[in-house]
Amino acid sequence: MKKMFSNKKTLTNYITYAGVILLFVILQSMSAAGGLSSALKGQLVPVCAYVVMALSLNLTVGVLGELSLGHAGFMSVGAFAGAVAAAALKDVIPAGGLRLLVAMIVGALFAAIAGVIVGVPVLRLRGDYLAIVTLAFGEIIKSIVTNLYVGMDANGLHASFLNPTLHMEGGKIIINGPMGVSGIAKISSFLAGFLLIMVTLVIIFNLVNSRSGRAIMALRDNRIAAESVGINVTKYKLMAFVISAALAGAAGTLFAMGQNTVSASKFDFNTSILVLVFVVLGGLGRMWGSIIAAAALTVLPELLREFSEYRMLIYAIVLILVMLATNNPTFKNFFSKIFKRKGVKNHE
Amino acid sequence: MITFLNHLINGISLGSIYAIIALGYTMVYGIAKMLNFAHGDVIMVGAYVCFFAVSSFGLHPVLGLVLAILICTLLGIVIEKLAYKPLRQATSLAVLITAIGVSYFLQNAAQLLWTSNPKMFPDLFGGAAIRLFDGRLTITVGTLVTIAACIIIMVVLTLFTGKTRMGKAMRACSEDKGAAQLMGINVNRTISVTFAIGSALAAIAGVLLCSAYPSLVPTTGSMPGIKAFTAAVFGGIGSIPGALIGGVLLGIIEIFAGAYISTQLSNAIVFLVLIVVLLVRPTGLLGKQIREKV
Repeated sequence: MKKMFSNKKTLTNYITYAGVILLFVILQSMSAAGGLSSALKGQLVPVCAYVVMALSLNLTVGVLGELSLGHAGFMSVGAFAGAVAAAALKDVIPAGGLRLLVAMIVGALFAAIAGVIVGVPVLRLRGDYLAIVTLAFGEIIKSIVTNLYVGMDANGLHASFLNPTLHMEGGKIIINGPMGVSGIAKISSFLAGFLLIMVTLVIIFNLVNSRSGRAIMALRDNRIAAESVGINVTKYKLMAFVISAALAGAAGTLFAMGQNTVSASKFDFNTSILVLVFVVLGGLGRMWGSIIAAAALTVLPELLREFSEYRMLIYAIVLILVMLATNNPTFKNFFSKIFKRKGVKNHE
Repeated sequence: MITFLNHLINGISLGSIYAIIALGYTMVYGIAKMLNFAHGDVIMVGAYVCFFAVSSFGLHPVLGLVLAILICTLLGIVIEKLAYKPLRQATSLAVLITAIGVSYFLQNAAQLLWTSNPKMFPDLFGGAAIRLFDGRLTITVGTLVTIAACIIIMVVLTLFTGKTRMGKAMRACSEDKGAAQLMGINVNRTISVTFAIGSALAAIAGVLLCSAYPSLVPTTGSMPGIKAFTAAVFGGIGSIPGALIGGVLLGIIEIFAGAYISTQLSNAIVFLVLIVVLLVRPTGLLGKQIREKV
C-alpha cells in the first residue's frame, strides 16, 4: 500500500477519484431524500458537463500548454452529432442509458474528427496567434451548425446546408438551423454525468502518467529541448488536442441530452471563455482544481439568485478579486506570511 | 459595377471602424503584451455616453463625442490602475482572465444602468449624403466622416509614436521594458497613457459604429471587439499600419462575403480568411518575424 502511494502525484489522483465518488454519493442521496431544491437538481447534469469540459480544456491549456479560445466549438459538434444519433436510434435502442452511451461515442468521434481538422493547421502556430485561430474555428463551427438542417424519414437521414428544405417524405426534422434541436428526450442523468467524469479522469490521468504524457509535458516546458531529443512535436500536440476535443464532444452530448432544446448559439465564444475561467481558477494542470472551479462557478449564479439582477455583476467582481488575490505579489506575500506564522506556532 | 462600388465603400467604412478599434488592441498588446478583452465593452460605454448626451441632454453631437472620449479615457485609466496594474508580474493567462472579468463587469453594469432594451442611436450626420452617377451611388456623410476619421487618427498616431517623447517611450517599452526602465522611462506611466489613448479611440469607434448600425445594447461592443482583434492579428499585432490594413481588409471581406456569397456565412468567411492568412504568414501581414534562438 505504501509503495502504491509513494508517488505524490498518484496519491493526488486517487484522492481526486475518491472525492468525486464521495461528492456523487452525497449529492445523489441528498437528491433522493429531497434535500436539493429543484433549481439545483436541474443543475446537476450541466455541472457534470461543464466539469468534463473544464477537465478536457485543462488537458490542452494545462498539460499541453496551448491557449484555446474555441473549446465550445467541440462541445457544439458533440452536442449536435450526439443529438442526431440519439434521435435516429430511438427505435433501434429503446433503453435510454445505452442510447446515451452510443450518442456520446458518436459525439466524441465527430468532435475528434473536428479536432483533427482544426488541430493540424492550428498547432503549427504559437502563443496568441494559436489562441486567435482557435477562436476563429469556434466561430466557424458555430456558423456551420447554425445553418445546418438535418431530418430523418423512412429512407434514412437527410442533411442540407443553408437550405431549410430537406426533400423528405414525412419524417421529422432533427436539427432545424438556427432553432437547433428541440423536443429532446432527456436521457442524461446525474449517474451518466458522474460516470463520464470518472472516465475522463481515468483517461487524463493515464495519459499524463504515460510515455506520451511525459512527451506532451516536455513540449510544454521546452519545445526546442524536447524536439532536440527526438520528440515528434506534431504527433504529441495533436494527440493531446484531439483527446481533449473528443472529451469535449462527449460532454456536449451529455449536456444536450439533459436539455429540452439546444441551439448553436449556446456554444459561442462566451461559453469557451467560461470554461477557460474554470481552468485558470482551478489551476493549470490541476484536475481536482478544475472540478471544483467548474462545479462551484456553475452553481454560483444559481446560489446568487436572491441578488437577482446583481448576480452577474457580483460574479464579475468575484472573478476579478480572485485573480488579483491569487496573482498579485503583495497579496500573495500577505497570505503566505499568515500561513507561515501559523506554521511556526504549530511547531512551538 | 455601381453595386460593386457601393459594397466597396460600405466595406471600407466598416473596415475603418474596425481599424480604429484594432489600433486600441494593437497598441495595448504591443506595450503590455496582453489581450485586452474589455476593449469591446469600452466601445459600448462610449456609445452609450454619446447617446445620452445627444438624445437626453440635447447636446451637439461633437460635444457628445468629446464627452464620450473623456469618460472612456478616464474609464480606461481606472480599469488599468485597479485591475491590470497589480498583475504586471503575473502570467499572461491571469491577466487575460482578469480582462474577461472586467468585460463581464462592464456589460452587466451597463445592463443594470441602461437595461437590455435596444436604444435607437440617432443619426449624428442628419442623413446627408452625396449622390453620384445620377443618384445611383449614394455616399452618406457618415461614411465619409468615418473614413476621414480613420485616416486622420492613423496619421496622428504614426507621428505621435515616431516624433514625440511619449511616443518614443512607448516604442522603447514595447521593445524591452527592462531596458526602457534603465534608461529612465517611467514604464507604468507609459502603459497608463497607452490605455488612455486606446480607450479614447474606442469611444470614437463606438460613436461611429452606432451611427452606422444604430441599435445599441449592452453587448454591442463584443462582436466588433472580436472582429477588430482578429483584424489586429490579421495585420500583425503590435503594428499600427498593420491594424489599418487588417481592419479595412476585414471590413471589405465581410461586406463582400455577405453580398456575394451568403449573409449567414459572412462571419465564418471572415474567420476562414484569417486562418488562411495566419497559415501562410504566421505573424500576420505586417508582423515582425521573430527568429528563435536556442
